[in-house]
Amino acid sequence: MTSRDPGTQDPGTQGLDSRALVMARVRRALADVPRAETPGEVPVERTYHRVHGDRTAARTVDLLAENLADYRALVHRADAPSSLPALIARLLGDRGATSVVVPPGLPDSWLSAVPDAVRRVPDTAELTPHDLDAVSSVVTGCAVAIAETGTVVLDAAPDQGRRRITLVPDHHICVIRVTDQVVDSVPEALERLDPARPLTWISGPSATSDIELDRVEGVHGPRTLEVILAGPESAGRS
Amino acid sequence: MRVALFITCVNDTLYPRTGQAVVTLLERLGVKVGFPEAQSCCGQPQFNTGYRHETEPLLRRYATAFRDYEYVVTPSGSCAAMVRDNYPRMGAKAAAEGRGQELADAAAEAVPKTYELTEFLTDVLKVTDVGAYYPHTVTYHPTCHGLRMLKLGDRPRSLLAAVKGLNLVELPGAEECCGFGGTFAVKNAAVSAAMGADKARNITATGAEAVCTLDNSCQLHIGGTLARQGSAVRPVHLAEILASTEGDVW
Amino acid sequence: MSGTHQVHGDQQPSGTQRGAQSGAQRGTHQATYLGMPAFPQAADASTRNTQLRANLRHATHTIRAKRATAVAELDDWSRLRAAGAAIKDRTLRHLDQYLEQLESAVTAAGGQVHWAADADEANRIVTELVRATGEREVVKVKSMATQEIGLNGALATAGITAYETDLAELIVQLGDDLPSHILVPAIHRNRGEIRDIFTEKMSQWGRPAPEGLTDAPADLAEAARLHLREKFLNAKVGISGANFMVAETGTLVVVESEGNGRMCLTLPETLISVVGIEKVVPTFQDLEVFLQLLPRSSTAERMNPYTSTWTGTTDADGPRTFHLVLLDNGRTDTLADTVGRQALRCIRCSACLNVCPVYERAGGHAYGSAYPGPIGAILTPQLRGTQSELDASLPYASSLCGACYEVCPVAIDIPEILVHLRERVVEGGPASVRGTRTVIKPAKGHAAERAAMRAARWALDHPRLLRTGQRLASRTRRFHPRRLPGPGRAWSDTRELPKVPEESFRDWWQRTRGGSGTGSRPEGRKKTT
Repeated sequence: MTSRDPGTQDPGTQGLDSRALVMARVRRALADVPRAETPGEVPVERTYHRVHGDRTAARTVDLLAENLADYRALVHRADAPSSLPALIARLLGDRGATSVVVPPGLPDSWLSAVPDAVRRVPDTAELTPHDLDAVSSVVTGCAVAIAETGTVVLDAAPDQGRRRITLVPDHHICVIRVTDQVVDSVPEALERLDPARPLTWISGPSATSDIELDRVEGVHGPRTLEVILAGPESAGRS
Repeated sequence: MRVALFITCVNDTLYPRTGQAVVTLLERLGVKVGFPEAQSCCGQPQFNTGYRHETEPLLRRYATAFRDYEYVVTPSGSCAAMVRDNYPRMGAKAAAEGRGQELADAAAEAVPKTYELTEFLTDVLKVTDVGAYYPHTVTYHPTCHGLRMLKLGDRPRSLLAAVKGLNLVELPGAEECCGFGGTFAVKNAAVSAAMGADKARNITATGAEAVCTLDNSCQLHIGGTLARQGSAVRPVHLAEILASTEGDVW
Repeated sequence: MSGTHQVHGDQQPSGTQRGAQSGAQRGTHQATYLGMPAFPQAADASTRNTQLRANLRHATHTIRAKRATAVAELDDWSRLRAAGAAIKDRTLRHLDQYLEQLESAVTAAGGQVHWAADADEANRIVTELVRATGEREVVKVKSMATQEIGLNGALATAGITAYETDLAELIVQLGDDLPSHILVPAIHRNRGEIRDIFTEKMSQWGRPAPEGLTDAPADLAEAARLHLREKFLNAKVGISGANFMVAETGTLVVVESEGNGRMCLTLPETLISVVGIEKVVPTFQDLEVFLQLLPRSSTAERMNPYTSTWTGTTDADGPRTFHLVLLDNGRTDTLADTVGRQALRCIRCSACLNVCPVYERAGGHAYGSAYPGPIGAILTPQLRGTQSELDASLPYASSLCGACYEVCPVAIDIPEILVHLRERVVEGGPASVRGTRTVIKPAKGHAAERAAMRAARWALDHPRLLRTGQRLASRTRRFHPRRLPGPGRAWSDTRELPKVPEESFRDWWQRTRGGSGTGSRPEGRKKTT
C-alpha cells in the first residue's frame, strides 16, 4: 500500500504518493553526496576483534557456563555417556512438571527417561496460547550458543519448534551440544545463522531494569531457564 | 622558543593572579614569555551561544595576534579547546558558505601552536616536577573541556603529585560538570545552580583547604557557590600552585 | 507546515491535553507533551522536586557505574564504536538505495511495506490496518517511534485500545503519565510510587493488582506478569517498532528484556511495525557491531535477555500478516543537515541520558518530547524544527560538558550539534523544513541577547576599549553590589560575584614588563619593581 497524501506535498513533487515523496526528500537531503559515490566507498573499518581473547574449546564452554549463570540461568553439565535423558528427567521432576511441550524434531532419547505421567504436548498449529499457558515446561535444542555473552540462539529448527513454545511456558530447558554448537563471539554466531529464519536470542531468563534501573529476573518470558551443556556421548544412542 | 601567553578575557579581567603565576612559572623554567597586547577573547561565549558570525573577528584577531609565536600557552582548558576544536569548524563552515578559505587558513595557523598550560609543561617542556611547594590540602576538579575535549588525562594530576607539601585528596564525582557552561549558567540558572550546589558540597566534604582547576571560568561558578554556601574552601588555579615555591609561597 | 489534515497544527503527538479529562475511560485519555513550557521553566520546577531528584539520581548513578564496567570488558570498544558510526554513516549517505533494497526484501519475504511522510499519516495507516482486522484492542511493544507520533492517542480516537506491555510503559500508561526516559520511561517513579499506581489503576485496565502488593521490585514485576498475561494470550494484533532493519535481507530486530516483545511479535495474527527510516543497516553481518554496542550501552548487560529477529512472515510460526510502516516525520530534514545528520546514527541506548548532569536534575519531562536528555535536545529541534519556544530552548539545555559524546556508542558529537542548532535558533539560516530547503529566520526573543553579543564582540575586538572598561571596573570595585538586579539575578541568586581585582593582567603586564612597546614582540623587557 502506498497512500496518497495531498497534505504533505512538497514543491516540485506534486501528486507523488508518500513513497515517492519520502524517497524524493531523501535524495534531496543527500545533495552533498557525490552522485558517483557508492556505499562501499564510505569506509567501514572492521578492526574490532572477531573474538575477545584466546581460549581453548573447553575454556570457551566454561565461559559460556559462567556468563549464563551470571544472568541467572541454571547451568547443568551432561558429560557422561547417556547422562542427558536422566538429567532432563530429573530437572522436570524437581520442578514438579506435569506436562512438557515437545518440538517435532526433538531427539526421542532426550525424553526417554521422563515418566509417562508427564504429559507430552506436541508443538502443533492447533496449540493455542492458552493451551501453552497450561503447560509446565518445554525442552528444546538450540542453533548456536555464544560464550562471551552467555547467549543461546534458537532458529525454530525442528528440535526447537515454533517461537511461542519457548515463551509461554514458565520453565525452559535448553540443550546445547558443546561439540559443535558453542562459539566464542557475536560475530561468529551471526555467521552461522540464517537471517531468513525467525531467530530468538536468549541470555538468561526474562528480566527487567524498569524499576529504578535495577535488574530483576522474571517477567513475561520463562522465569526459569535451565541450560544443559551436553557432551558428545551424553545423549546416548537414539 | 617563541612563547606567548594567551591570558583569556576572564583571567585578564578577574583573575590576573593566574596570569602572573603562569609568567612566574614559565620564567622560572627558563622560558621567555611574550604577551601580545592585540590579543582578546577566544570568542567562546559568543560561539557556544550560537553567534558564530560574531565570533569570526575574534578568530582572526587570535591568529594575527599570535602570528609571530611558535607556542601559545593558555591557563584555560576551555579556551584552548575552543581554539583547537571550534576554530577549524568555523573555518569549514565559512568555506561552505562560499566565503573562501581565509578563516580556515587562520584556524589552521592557530590550532597547532595552541597549548593548554599542562600540555605545554608535560609535552613541550617535558617536566612534571616544576619545583613547586604548596603546603596545603587540595582537591582537584578536572574541568570538562580539558578532560573531554583536550583529553588532558593524568597531566594535571602528575604535576600536582610532584608538588612538595601538597596533600591531594580525591573529589567524589570529580568528573561531573560543575554546571557553569558559559551562558548556560544564566539561561538555565536552576539546573546550573543545582549542579553547582552538588559540586560545592562534594568539594567541602573532602575537607580540603582549596579546590584546584584549570579553568577560572568554572572557578567563578564553583567559588561563587562555595562562598554562598559559607564554605571555607578556596578556589585556586593550578598555575598558582605550580608558581608557588618555598622561597615565594603563593 | 503543510497539510490538509492538521488536527493539531504540527507534528507533536496527537491526543487530548494532559489532565483535561480526568476520570475519562481508559484508552481514550492520553497524556501528551503538547503545550509544555520551555526547558528552563520546566526544569526550574523539576529541580525543586526533591522526590524526583532523588529518584533520578539513584537510577542514573546505578546504571552509570554498571555501564562503565560492561564497556570496560571489551578492549576493542573504541573500534566497535567507530565501526558503528561508520556503518550508520554509510547507510545514511545512501539511504535511498538501502530503503529500496529493504522494501524489496521485506516484500519478497511476505511483508507489506507502507510509507508515512509524517506522524498523522503513520497514525492513519496504522489505524486503518487495525480496523481492517476487525479488532478493537492491540498489544504494544515499547517503541520510541510510536511514542513520537502519538499513536496511542490516535488509536484511542478511533476507538481502539492500545495496551502498553513494557513494564515501564505500563507504569506510565496506568499512571496517566508521560515517558521521561528512552529505555526506562518510568525512571521518575520509585518503587513505592509504582506500587501505588498498580494498586489503584490495574483494575481499570484488566486484572487487578494482587492483594497486599509490596514495593519489592520482584513483586511488582510479578504483578505486571499476571496483569498482562491475559492480554498477550488473547491478542490478535501486535504493534512494535524495531531497533534495526537489515536492507540486504529484510530482517527486523527487536532488542528487549522482559519477553513482552516476544509475546507481541509472535502470538498475534497481525504484526504492525512502525519504524523510522534511519533504522536501516546494510547487512546482516553489520548486526555484529550493534548487538555488541547496544546492550552494554543501554542496560549495561553483555547481552539483553531477548533479541528477536524476523524476516517477513514464517509459515505457522508467528503472525500471518506483517506490515512495516516506514516513517519520515522530520528525519529527511535531519538528514539534509550535514552537521545534524549524525543524530540519525542514534540507536536509542539512552547512555547519554544516564550520564547527563542536566537530565539528572531536570528530569525527562522538561524536554517536552518522546526523546529526552542530550539526544532529545538535538533530535527534537531537528525533527520538529526550532520555531516553538520549547523546541528553540532545547539546544540550550546543556552545559556542553561532553559526557554524552564520550559515552555515545555511535560517536554522535552531541555538543557540536547543540552549538550548531543554537546558531540556527539565534542566527537562522538554511535548513530543510518538511523536505523543502529554505532559509529560516532567527527564533523570536533573542534580540536583546543578539545586541549584547554584538556589543561584547565589538569591545573584545578593540582591546583598548576593553582595557578602559577593566580600569573603570577596578576603580569602582568598592561600590559593586553583592547581588545583581534584572537578568543578572539569575547568577547572583545562588552564587557570589567575583571580586574585581585592583589591576587587570594587561595593566600588570604593562606596568611590570615593559609597557606598550611589547606589542607582538616576544621579548618583554623585565622591569624592576
